[in-house]
Amino acid sequence: MAATEHPSYKVIGTRPVRPDGVEKVTGKAQYGADVRLPGMIHGKILRSPHAHARVLSIDTSEAEKVPGVMAVVTRADFPVAEDVVQDLGEGAVSVKELSDNVLASDKVLYRGHAVAAVAATSPHIAEEAAGRIRVEYAVLPPVLAVRDAMREDAPLLDEQRVTKEMGGQGSGRPSNVASHLRFAGGDVEAAFAAADEVVEREFTTKMVHQGYIEPQNSTASWNADGTLTIWTSTQGAFVVRSQVAEVLRLPVSQIRVIPMEIGGGFGGKIPIYLDPVAALLSKKSGRPVKIVMSRTDVFEATGPTSGSYIRMKMARKDDRITAVQATLAYEAGAYPGSAVGAGAMTMLSPYNIENFVIDAYDVCVNKPKTSAYRAPGAPAAAFATEQMIDELAKNAKLDPLELRLKNSAHEGTRMVNGAVFPRIGAEETVRAALTSPHYRSPIEGPNRGRGVASGFWFNAGLQSSVVASANSDGTVNLIEGSTDIGGTRASLAMQLAETLGLPFEAVRPTVADTDSISYNDVTGGSRVTFASGLAVYEAGQELRKEMVRRAAKLLGVDEAELVYEDGGVQSTRDATKRLRFSEIAAKAGQTGGPIAGKGAVQARGVGAAFGTHVVDVEVDPETGKVQILRYTAVQDVGTAVHPSYVEGQIQGGVAQGVGWALNEEYYYDESGRLLNASYLDYRMPTALDLPLIETVLVEVPNPGHPYGVRGVGEVPIVPPLAAVANAIAEATGHRFRDLPISPRRIMEETQGLA
Amino acid sequence: MARTYVQATINGVATDFLCEPRQSLLEVLRDELGLTGTKEGCNNGNCGACSVLLNGRLVNACCVLGVEIDGAEVTTIEGIGNPDRLHPLQQAFLEEAALQCGVCTPGFIVSAKALLDKEPHPDEQRVRYWLAGNLCRCTGYDKIVRAVLKAADDMEPARQ
Repeated sequence: MAATEHPSYKVIGTRPVRPDGVEKVTGKAQYGADVRLPGMIHGKILRSPHAHARVLSIDTSEAEKVPGVMAVVTRADFPVAEDVVQDLGEGAVSVKELSDNVLASDKVLYRGHAVAAVAATSPHIAEEAAGRIRVEYAVLPPVLAVRDAMREDAPLLDEQRVTKEMGGQGSGRPSNVASHLRFAGGDVEAAFAAADEVVEREFTTKMVHQGYIEPQNSTASWNADGTLTIWTSTQGAFVVRSQVAEVLRLPVSQIRVIPMEIGGGFGGKIPIYLDPVAALLSKKSGRPVKIVMSRTDVFEATGPTSGSYIRMKMARKDDRITAVQATLAYEAGAYPGSAVGAGAMTMLSPYNIENFVIDAYDVCVNKPKTSAYRAPGAPAAAFATEQMIDELAKNAKLDPLELRLKNSAHEGTRMVNGAVFPRIGAEETVRAALTSPHYRSPIEGPNRGRGVASGFWFNAGLQSSVVASANSDGTVNLIEGSTDIGGTRASLAMQLAETLGLPFEAVRPTVADTDSISYNDVTGGSRVTFASGLAVYEAGQELRKEMVRRAAKLLGVDEAELVYEDGGVQSTRDATKRLRFSEIAAKAGQTGGPIAGKGAVQARGVGAAFGTHVVDVEVDPETGKVQILRYTAVQDVGTAVHPSYVEGQIQGGVAQGVGWALNEEYYYDESGRLLNASYLDYRMPTALDLPLIETVLVEVPNPGHPYGVRGVGEVPIVPPLAAVANAIAEATGHRFRDLPISPRRIMEETQGLA
Repeated sequence: MARTYVQATINGVATDFLCEPRQSLLEVLRDELGLTGTKEGCNNGNCGACSVLLNGRLVNACCVLGVEIDGAEVTTIEGIGNPDRLHPLQQAFLEEAALQCGVCTPGFIVSAKALLDKEPHPDEQRVRYWLAGNLCRCTGYDKIVRAVLKAADDMEPARQ
């Protein structure tokens, strides 16, 4: 279905003010750090100054003597962690490793690794006391870069770890390589032999951070009845609940997690860090305990995304990309679980390439354990693929977008993991980029260049729950389990309003805690507007049916002659017999009691998201500074439920991608100390670094959703790294294959100033 | 630690409080006075989430000590409009969808107000330059810049 055949929605596609907006522009919205409870005290975490060391002893006696200190916690206070693997909401997690990351046991594996915690009457006292805890370490050599960690003589983070091989036997030797995956199809060697051109290149990217402005925080109260209440900033309250339950070995029913407003996450607020520590400090002190991370803690100890090494060989015959051989190695950080598998699965997805072999390695290094970051794994992989395609296009004197179009994936194309695409809009995004005013405009002037790149990201389905209750005044309370990071109260309320034929303002969405709604997975995987949207649709359908049933009683007619339409119930036989939603709701007490609908889904029918970006840059040859002159992001968004927030997701993803391309990196010294653990030195884009970001919303409805919704949040970060690199290659005549393409790197590589 | 008695005018209201010399204005606002609209993002002056006006001048509250505001006038986000009577900047942020997670929003609004108070007609580049001390990780700044420019336009009749 093309955009022109868009069904005539009444609410979907409009741009109402979000329901939580006024609270947020007036400073009244309550985020995690704003929690203040009677008797509340403050916790601070003591962190390792070493990147790799054995913990020999911890002496907390001096800390306990500091006036105002009310509790001290070390790993000895935790229950013994079971060495089992559980799916705690975002793939399989070893409970022992999760516990070890929350508070170290025998070893510290990165600088900033938590080792002990203090609770006191003020954060200053807690910090002072934490400094008096004596920890004896036996310092070990750290291994910091992915290729170093893969060497046979590398220091081992875990002497027991052997490589998990997919469908085969590993060497059985201890290794920092946690796993190896392979995706293969067709006959790569034959395709390389028959090719017109084969190019082989290496690419590297550095660890980068999600950079959310609100630091992690947690407030816990161990209640008199033995239950535990947690107020926290999280992408998934239920996922916090299950992780805390595993680490503290409590039944989930004993834990209530109250999700506060969340100040950004981008994947980084799925794992737990502080919650079990705050809980045990509360248990010991008998007081509610709040812990808020410092910005340095956030950089040093919360999930960045992997640094990577990628080697790639690509073949072209005529205008077809015929084969790819690739090796990806991603830094997992201290414990296994990088997104290298997703990198491997997504790197060729915009294309239909028959012959491929992709090897993916998940590698532990002495840096913080990585967590998800917007389309985890995909941007670094696309950085390689999209530069290779660009290079082949240039060599063959083909337009880089035309070459992409010729090789584009479409309905029926198989991904490297064997999944077959349903109706997708990959090709449509390339076409829209080709015809965009930006791409058709000339780019003139010295030191300027234009780059393009495409990208793909999955949508997640997973589980969502909502309850919609009709109020007597004709409004509807929508209770939802998905935390709202960037406007999903609005996008869900809009879908319910559309389903019920009510104005947007009639729906009042509320994000619930874990005692108040059934299970709900994380806000992640671009899934909320899609999957929780399906739950909302289901609840809306239930309400519609119930409204018909109640109207039949009120009108004294048979249900079979009634239909729900335009926000009310209408007789198909007698046009005068009609009741509005509000009229039926007002009389619920006379027709059978409260009227509610629920939606509880394991969402199926996920869409797939594609984007194609165009960027113009100017490179200052004297300083190496790159200015983004113009940026256009084209994306297949399925159906733009609230176009402003869809645009916002795209613009935000582009900004993060531009930062990743040009400036952002974790910068370590040889001992494993992060040298830029502040916003001044970890250089995220400011308003001055970016132009207005043009968006082109292509709407190819997802056949798996009643309103055609696709996830939109993640794919916009996939193309920018390569698009910017391709533009810089045009501007300078030099191709940069290592990120970030900082002024320093540009001067070194173009002026030989290394 | 001994606490110092401080008197100041906060959001137009004469206010007094006790604070430790080591407490920042940000801590005082949030922990002593319950004004939690001012946010902590970095606590070292790099992110602008704690932007407030001190005697009309834009400052990061994390870089000012609580004891330093004795006798001063402080305006926080709570002093700029309210739900019944939003400031044009707040209205523009809502209409232009200039916030996603919202945690940087109070700082941006306070900072933008400081700009419009002294320069009613900034152009896009001037807005970007002025707001470069406020970090936003969600929006890519596009809609924030548009909202500030729109608010400047909307405030025009009120000035005449």
